[in-house]
Amino acid sequence: MVINHKLTNDATSYGWGPVIMHWFIALAVIGLYPLGWYIESLDYYDPAYKTIPVWHKSIGILVAVTLLVRIVWRLFNKPPSPLPQPAALELAAKVAHGLLYILLLITVTSGYLISTADGRAIEFFNLISIPALPVGIENQEDIAGEIHFIVATSLILLAALHAAAALKHHFIDKDSTLKRMLALREEAE
Amino acid sequence: MKSKFFKGLALATLISASPLYAADYVIDTKGAHASIEFRISHLGISWLTGRFNTFNGDFSYDAKSPADASINVEVDVASFDSNHAERNKHIRGDEYLNVKEHPTASFKSTSFTPNAEGGGVMKGMLTLYGTTKEVAIDVDKVGEGEDPWGGYRVGFSGTLELKPHEFGMNYKLGPAAETVYMDLNIEGIRK
Repeated sequence: MVINHKLTNDATSYGWGPVIMHWFIALAVIGLYPLGWYIESLDYYDPAYKTIPVWHKSIGILVAVTLLVRIVWRLFNKPPSPLPQPAALELAAKVAHGLLYILLLITVTSGYLISTADGRAIEFFNLISIPALPVGIENQEDIAGEIHFIVATSLILLAALHAAAALKHHFIDKDSTLKRMLALREEAE
Repeated sequence: MKSKFFKGLALATLISASPLYAADYVIDTKGAHASIEFRISHLGISWLTGRFNTFNGDFSYDAKSPADASINVEVDVASFDSNHAERNKHIRGDEYLNVKEHPTASFKSTSFTPNAEGGGVMKGMLTLYGTTKEVAIDVDKVGEGEDPWGGYRVGFSGTLELKPHEFGMNYKLGPAAETVYMDLNIEGIRK
């Protein structure tokens, strides 16, 4: 078992580019979801009120950028072909992966639309201002807020299923699905 | 039968024309010559202001018998606007105004005690956050007269001191922010 030194995907393995992006988004989603709940619980008098929401929004923007790079990458550099498994499961995996991308896109977009609803920019770690869209809709912050919560909750549930499926491949099927995503490959390049 | 009808009509005309009968006004929310604003201390350092954009109501008022004045107002609580989307969302949410559970607030007057300047104290029942309590609003009369478009208007301003915790809102905004001042500007067009 060796670390894959290649940046890009080939027919049998993931390059470390997509692998890093996958795990960054995974960690961010796992972290941002409870952080969102925590932010909901903060009142104005809390000392954390000025810092935690900035982190949530800034990490969210990093996720959005990574997600876009990942999608474009995927278009030009196909992931390795799926490992053999029953057709129904292969289809289920395909649907789940597509859905994970869609839910991620909606979550970051709706989050952006909450904070920019009144034309204010989002501060990215107090380094750059991400501007708002030139147009908005009535009660955008409330509508985007509802969507953000529902879709993020769906995302975390689907991600849990995704993780469970990966563990099933690793421990029950004993195939290299999970190892591939850790940029590990069988001996001999 | 016919004479009874005319008698009734004559009586009705008499009553409606009577100066003792207060005139009815509709609050000019259409032309936005009325506002429900709030003011709350920010940390005891400055004032944070905002308003409820959507409301409607009507009132009765006659300068000759001001003690008969009365008013009814309904406020769409979700129209809370503090000129900051994230704060609006937060305040409309379930920790604060909880507009989903309590979408409307209302004020129905019970009595008006006039003073010599045309203003006075308007008492009434305020329903907010699902709780109804009697409150008193200090009212100043601003002006009254014909408008340039053939109508007749009268306007008042008033301030209501409100303690949100008395209505069951138990949030933490710090010791300086326990009172919300509602600044009311009411212009009515005679019906």
